[in-house]
Amino acid sequence: MKQKLVVIGAGMASGRVLEHLTDDAPEAFDITLFNAEPRGNYNRLMLSPVLSGEKTYQDIITHDDAWYAARGVTCRFGESVVSIDRKNKQVIGQNGAVAYDKLVIATGSAPFIIPVPGKDLPGVVTYRDLDDTDAMVAAAAGGGSAVVIGGGLLGLEAAAGLAMRGMKVTVLHLMGHLMERQLDEAAGYLLRRDLEGRGITIKTQAATKAILGEDRVEAVLLESGETLAADLVVMAVGIRPETRVATDAALEVARGVEVNAQMQTSDPDVYAVGECVELDGLLFGLVAPLYEQARVVANGLLGKPDVFVAKELATKLKVTGCDLFSAGDFAEGEGREDIVFRDPSRGIYKRLVIEGDRLIGAVMYGNTADGNWFFGLIKDGTEIDEMRDTLIFGPAFQGGDSLDPLSAVAALPPEAEICGCNGVCKGKIVEAIAGGATDLGAVRAQTKASGSCGTCTGLVEQLLQVTLGDDFQMPTAQPICGCTDLTHEDVRRLIKSQELKSQAAVWQELGWTTPNGCHVCRPALNFYLLADWPLEYLDDPQSRFVNERKHANIQKDGTFSVMPRMWGGMTTPDELRAIADAADKYKVPTVHVTGGQRIDLLGVKGEDLPAIWADLNRAGMVSGHAYSKGLRTVKTCVGTDHCRFATQDSTGLGIKLEKHLWGSWTPHKVKLGVSGCPRNCAEATCKDIGVVCVDSGYQIGVAGAAGMDLKETERLTEAKSEDEAIALITAFMQLYRENAKYLDRPYKWVAKVGLDWVKERVVDDLESRAALVDRFEISQSIYRKDPWAEHVQNRAQIYAPLADLTLEAAE
Amino acid sequence: MNWLDIAAIDDIPLRGARVIKTPLGCVALFRTAMAEVFAVSDRCPHKGGPLSEGIVHGQRVTCPLHNWVFDLNTGQAQGADEGQIATYPVRVEGGRVLLDTVALGKKSAA
Ligand code: SRM
Ligand SMILES: Cc1cc2nc3c(=O)[nH]c(=O)nc-3n(C[C@H](O)[C@H](O)[C@H](O)COP(=O)(O)OP(=O)(O)OC[C@H]3O[C@@H](n4cnc5c(N)ncnc54)[C@H](O)[C@@H]3O)c2cc1C
Ligand code: SF4
Ligand code: FES
Repeated sequence: MKQKLVVIGAGMASGRVLEHLTDDAPEAFDITLFNAEPRGNYNRLMLSPVLSGEKTYQDIITHDDAWYAARGVTCRFGESVVSIDRKNKQVIGQNGAVAYDKLVIATGSAPFIIPVPGKDLPGVVTYRDLDDTDAMVAAAAGGGSAVVIGGGLLGLEAAAGLAMRGMKVTVLHLMGHLMERQLDEAAGYLLRRDLEGRGITIKTQAATKAILGEDRVEAVLLESGETLAADLVVMAVGIRPETRVATDAALEVARGVEVNAQMQTSDPDVYAVGECVELDGLLFGLVAPLYEQARVVANGLLGKPDVFVAKELATKLKVTGCDLFSAGDFAEGEGREDIVFRDPSRGIYKRLVIEGDRLIGAVMYGNTADGNWFFGLIKDGTEIDEMRDTLIFGPAFQGGDSLDPLSAVAALPPEAEICGCNGVCKGKIVEAIAGGATDLGAVRAQTKASGSCGTCTGLVEQLLQVTLGDDFQMPTAQPICGCTDLTHEDVRRLIKSQELKSQAAVWQELGWTTPNGCHVCRPALNFYLLADWPLEYLDDPQSRFVNERKHANIQKDGTFSVMPRMWGGMTTPDELRAIADAADKYKVPTVHVTGGQRIDLLGVKGEDLPAIWADLNRAGMVSGHAYSKGLRTVKTCVGTDHCRFATQDSTGLGIKLEKHLWGSWTPHKVKLGVSGCPRNCAEATCKDIGVVCVDSGYQIGVAGAAGMDLKETERLTEAKSEDEAIALITAFMQLYRENAKYLDRPYKWVAKVGLDWVKERVVDDLESRAALVDRFEISQSIYRKDPWAEHVQNRAQIYAPLADLTLEAAE
Repeated sequence: MNWLDIAAIDDIPLRGARVIKTPLGCVALFRTAMAEVFAVSDRCPHKGGPLSEGIVHGQRVTCPLHNWVFDLNTGQAQGADEGQIATYPVRVEGGRVLLDTVALGKKSAA
């Protein structure tokens, strides 16, 4: 007698089960197929081409009415299964019950809805089935704006489809880069660049606070306070296994319906298959493993032994023109090695992860032709030792691509500015070289490039090399570190001329040879980016040395020092009392009066930092930045308030300068001094910037040193008024911030570019001075604030240990 | 082995670390840019620098005191420096970080 088989859900997985079953044993079962959707199985993967208009629903149907009829499947489409009665072996649908001998649960997944206000408004859709797709197509017909929440596979396919249908699309993504589960930062950067290239706006680290609207969606409100107008909101933040009928039937369910390797649930007559299952803690979200599972289920139903084994997976994104591939495992593992290849001119990035003598992961962008070959090596666990050195070039290697350190410069467009001082672009230089200027001197003479501050010399030389090839002998310049062949100066110029606004952009466009830099280049890049793009670039604390990340100096025993600001070296009895109280309360072992006219509390435990800062904040004190490559102290003398020789209010000017400049990041630390007369009690003439007051005004000196080197300041100019002095000093700071190499104090930088070059921009050219002051102020709108207060508010928990396992359990 | 749920992976900053106190001393839980997690001793064998405060790059960390670099997989010092830090078993499951308390010298809590 025929057995009765009931299948719940007509999707990708159960479709395969039915194919195997009816092919192998057409007469074995009486089959009833329920589906909540009012249709049979179609290729769900191809919904994106339907959304974008590249395909129609008709094109993607995999099993039509004729197929079900021919295989004798009773279809109950548009009917949800309400419950399973395991005792009486019945499935109860909305229109009545059906008895079963064997049951297959194949209910797939349900989209995850983030629980924000407004999530139920009309116009908010998910992306799972044909109805969702139709709803999006209908919404797009009216044009307007769409906000897609979620920058994973589904979200991006939805975004690309909606953009192709003419909507203005913004993607909100919680994490730092797109598709972070499948891609690393570098590939995520390239993907973002390509999507932005087709008009899609991408916002990362963007958390949704609410969806706004009266009768239907009108806008999305972000945690940052920003609102984005929206006629359509697509939620694509993830999926969760659809397990309701299984849970109600008291089958074992964890995150998904639990199955064994035969795909049987805790009831051996009930199988489960597809995205609704969980096996050994694993969930499945791509079709490849589901097809394997389907075979195992069919064999199980027919009494043939078979087991399902989870394998490595590969991901591609079905957005035409975004060529990405990722496979294998980037998480956990022992003894791993990376091989990175980047070709900035062609927008290619490839990274292989090797463990021992096997390839275990691969990410690539731009050229994924070799993806399947790498995937094969990963799946088969092929030994790769023999071909390790050439592996990254793929199977077709043997004399293929080679890594060219000059490719970043070769890739620059002709209009990219090489020499900032004289406004000379690449095209002009290449033209001069082609016209016979075959050495640096000749290029300089003809184009003026590298003729002023000289920091672009390296780039001009590289252009000579790119254009002339072996006819030009490259002088060896010192690269930043082992991750690149470019010098600091080259990188600074390229960040500006190519408008690189993230570290991932620098790594990719300038051909970094490591996945994410090292402890030498990362702090430098972080500074260059925040100095050049204060509003766009988000400071990365993880690219900072501990002192700047924790806003305190680390000591040899791992404790920290805490040094509040004393503006211009001034303090009050109340401040001194608060410092004394803090020293007592936190058992500070050492209190030292520093060379910078303030008080240092040394030996504070890391976990006490937020508390001691909060106490000092309450007494009106802020961070002294004694740890930063930034403004340190402004040392002053007592000046006209008390001193019989003073000519100007040196204390007052010092305080004004410190309040104006504090919080700003600089290539290296910057210290100022303001003395009231040439007796110079504030030692202003050996500071990075020093002011000596005289009867006629203010003598401004720069580029002094009194650390490892000793050097008197050089006279920048003389100012008539305090305001003029402040503007001159601000402009000098900004010029230093925009141009110096990371870790060059001002005296080293000025020695390279020349004081005359500095004077031209800061003193002589009033327009340039004003522009420098403006740019400094823009940056200060972000950075002129107390990091201690901010950490006490937002980051206090990271100072505490994550767990304490030395305590015995309470029970 | 006795796996103990310590924290959510998001409690550890990307390319950063957090410390846990154990009977064997402080152990640093590192999270790399690819969201892998490693558990190693927080004490640099050179002069005791707190490695959790170092810069994380690739699967390595640079000690904040004198720039020794350690491979987080093996615990080996890189380059010319010689030394090794202890490494401990760690697992990430469903976004949670699990540590083996036996390896960390704690008697089974049960
Ligand atoms: C606290 C203090 C010594 C003191 O107790 O007086 C001090 C302490 C340190 N100095 Fe200094 N310097 C201190 C005034 C100076 C001075 C004198 C001054 O500022 O008037 C100099 C010479 C002037 C100068 O800046 O060059 C000075 C030149 C240095 C240098 C050499 C810099 C150079 O370019 O030559 C370093 C090393 C570095 O920065 O790379 C340094 C580095 C350090 C570090 C940060 C070493 C380190 O990396 O851990 C010390 C941190 C101790 C801590 O935990 O707080 N310190 N240091 C002084 C703090 C001043 C302040 O209130 O902010
Ligand atoms: C837009 C989109 C693009 C995708 N692209 C890719 C890709 O490129 N590559 C890839 O590998 N994967 C991709 N996927 C994922 C892939 O489609 C799924 O992994 C696969 O469809 C899961 O198959 P399934 O049979 O488990 O579930 P489904 O195909 O979702 O089928 C489950 C069916 O069960 C029905 N159902 C649920 N509950 C009940 C109930 N109580 N009663 C009756 N019926 C019920 C549902 O209505 C649904 O029709 C994509 C998914 C989407 C949405
Ligand atoms: S002089 Fe040397 S030892 Fe003294 S605080 Fe400065 S860096 Fe440390
Ligand atoms: S203590 Fe770590 S390098 Fe010296």
